[in-house]
Amino acid sequence: MRIMLLLMIGSLVAPLLGAVEVREFDDLEKQTRYEHLLKEVRCLVCQNQTLGDSDAELAKDLRDEIYSMIQSGQSEEEAISFLTDRYGDFVLYRPPFKSVTWLLWVGPVLFILAGGSIAFWPKRDKQRQANPKELTDEERLELDRLKRRID
Amino acid sequence: MKIRFLIPLAVFLVMTAFLAIGLKLDPREVPSPLIGKEAPKFSLTDVMDASKAMSTYDLKGDAVLVNVWASWCVSCRQEHPILIDLAKRGEVTIYGINYKDTREEAQKWLRSYGNPYHSSAFDPNGHTGIDWGVYGVPETFVLDKQGVIRHKHTGPLTQAVIEDELLPIIRKLRGEP
Repeated sequence: MRIMLLLMIGSLVAPLLGAVEVREFDDLEKQTRYEHLLKEVRCLVCQNQTLGDSDAELAKDLRDEIYSMIQSGQSEEEAISFLTDRYGDFVLYRPPFKSVTWLLWVGPVLFILAGGSIAFWPKRDKQRQANPKELTDEERLELDRLKRRID
Repeated sequence: MKIRFLIPLAVFLVMTAFLAIGLKLDPREVPSPLIGKEAPKFSLTDVMDASKAMSTYDLKGDAVLVNVWASWCVSCRQEHPILIDLAKRGEVTIYGINYKDTREEAQKWLRSYGNPYHSSAFDPNGHTGIDWGVYGVPETFVLDKQGVIRHKHTGPLTQAVIEDELLPIIRKLRGEP
């Protein structure tokens, strides 16, 4: 029973251990830079994974490249431009605001505005009810007659 | 009829349009930032002959195809007969970049299935592949006479891709100075 439990826990933990290799840095600041970067970049092979999570061969190679860049003292921006020069802005989870990406950034706001304007558009029917047209003399007589009937 | 009743219809049509576009898009097809730029430099060796150097300089002079392939790549096997056929027609020179492979395996592969390449650069650690923005072999690049990347096709080639996509570009590039 205990062995079964250990195996079950092991099977849960194993994938977490297997995915990404352990890196050693001579500087803690470099390690944070490296780890932050891996969360900002998409893996091109498994597009819904970050570069840090992906087990793809290419992701591993790119981690190697980034590791040696960061280790040699290069900045996060330099590593990012290394990647975007080759793979385009698509690899970034937060692409820069450009002529080709503006719709991506502004789109949600436009949708909210469009939805909001439909929801809060002044309703013409109710307006009409609030300001009824003046009754004609004939109609007023008819109204009085009806009111009297109720009394 | 009141305009309000048309709103659900309009919403439906907009959504249908978005979904229809979404269906046609291929998320694997990532636009390459290298198009319009000079092919990233490499200096490697010929996969068939370790003593023979091969570099980006060899790719200049004519509009050519550069096909990234590997012996472990299943889709490369699939597109291979099409490349062989294209090479036989002699309309365009095909170069190869042998990506993350071993020399033995690559040579064996070319011997058993045929070699459509004028020559293939041997890139065992994949550095050149990364420089060229390769993320899924096979990938095929079209280079103009100056060695500038003008087009990229990701994924296996088909007869239709060759006829309708690559050859028209090649012919157009031939006409350029």
